[in-house]
Amino acid sequence: MIRVLLPAHLKTLAGVRGEVDVEVVGPVTANAIVDALETTYPALRGTIRDPATGRRRPFVRFFVDEVDRSHDEPDEPLPSGVASRKVPFIVVGAMAGG
Amino acid sequence: MSGVRLLVGTRKGAFILTADAKRQHWEVAGPHFGGWEMYHLKGSPVDPNRIYASQSTSWFGQLIQRSNDGGVTWTPVGNEFAYDGIPGTHQWYDGTPHPWEFARVWHLEPSLSDPDTVLAGVEDAALFRSTDAGQSWQELSGLREHGSGPSWQPGAGGMCLHTIIVSPSDPKRIVVAISAAGAFRSDDEGVTWKPINKGLHSEGIPDGDAEVGHCVHHVTMHPSRPDVLFMQKHWDVMRSNDAGENWFEISGNLPSDFGFAMDVHAHEPETLYVVPIKSDSEHFPPDGRLRVYRSRSGGNEWEPLTKGLPQENCYVNVLRDAMAVDTMDECGVYFGTTGGQVYASANAGDSWAPIVRDLPAVLSVEVQNLA
Repeated sequence: MIRVLLPAHLKTLAGVRGEVDVEVVGPVTANAIVDALETTYPALRGTIRDPATGRRRPFVRFFVDEVDRSHDEPDEPLPSGVASRKVPFIVVGAMAGG
Repeated sequence: MSGVRLLVGTRKGAFILTADAKRQHWEVAGPHFGGWEMYHLKGSPVDPNRIYASQSTSWFGQLIQRSNDGGVTWTPVGNEFAYDGIPGTHQWYDGTPHPWEFARVWHLEPSLSDPDTVLAGVEDAALFRSTDAGQSWQELSGLREHGSGPSWQPGAGGMCLHTIIVSPSDPKRIVVAISAAGAFRSDDEGVTWKPINKGLHSEGIPDGDAEVGHCVHHVTMHPSRPDVLFMQKHWDVMRSNDAGENWFEISGNLPSDFGFAMDVHAHEPETLYVVPIKSDSEHFPPDGRLRVYRSRSGGNEWEPLTKGLPQENCYVNVLRDAMAVDTMDECGVYFGTTGGQVYASANAGDSWAPIVRDLPAVLSVEVQNLA
């Protein structure tokens, strides 16, 4: 299981509090984690990635172990600490006003 | 107990305001979806407890919420609005071709006969339909592909399809309006479309009388006379007596014919309401006085309605979907402002009182009569 921390609005949508755990089969990548999130919590479909392009939404960021992984290839394996549950995969609503 | 329910969409959540038939004492519920832009909420005419809501942010995109219990609880339904085929391009602000990109749902129009069928007007401008209570959406692409689509340009608020009118006498007839393309009509349930902008004149486009390119802000009608349409254009208040085939101006003695919101009295098809706004660069009422103008003659002759409305230092706007009328014996009129006030009149506009004063900026107001 992978530890995931969602921003407040997405927690509300998913109906969860705190961290969530999702099951990822195969390489632990950003896309695989978001796929698992959307399967486990259908209300999140389209909120992290644009359904038309499949790309991360511009005002969404992915942080891992204090490093911004938003611009990494989304199918690239994430640092091993995510798979080993040492650190969570953090989904962040970017600071962009509002 | 009969009463009314207002569905109020704001920049930071939705609010539901309820009152009995006297419409003097109101209960305020919300915010629902706090922090999200709620462009529009609208209930099914067949089943008032079935309400659809458009929820979006720049961060997390578009969601559609559905309630089956009058807005007490909500369920997210389908949010995939995929343009049919290869969407092509429209004009960008600088005149260059720009790919069609979905941004948000501006307006939801539930069917007059089926609570599971609902139309959605979106940005970039297109019309979608769901027949499964919002779970899935299919584009009525004949509108975007009818021929003039590549020449459409966004207005200042984006290239949005913001108005959807389904004729009560002929459900195959649909009128939509797009900023800044104009009004369009289908007579075959959305399969084929034609522009209906003859008689409109706009100074902000190269050919002022062009077939498309007009910044139509809102269109409305009275259900008993669906062929009579009233339009608040960017500038000019217009009327058509032939389902949009021809338009003529009815601005008359309005202090400004710029504006957004417009509606028709529930029982008097020739009684109209508009809220004049000073100009397209000054989105506030003339002279800092918030005045609804009423015409009892189908236009041209307008009277200011001021009782209970601020008559000094008022610099709010009233947006296109932020006015509604109820169908009580004495027609109620409602509107919301960008300053967060929602005003109600239980006597057809003769006098007004705020229901709430301090909501986030109001984007839309719809009203439901409750049995």
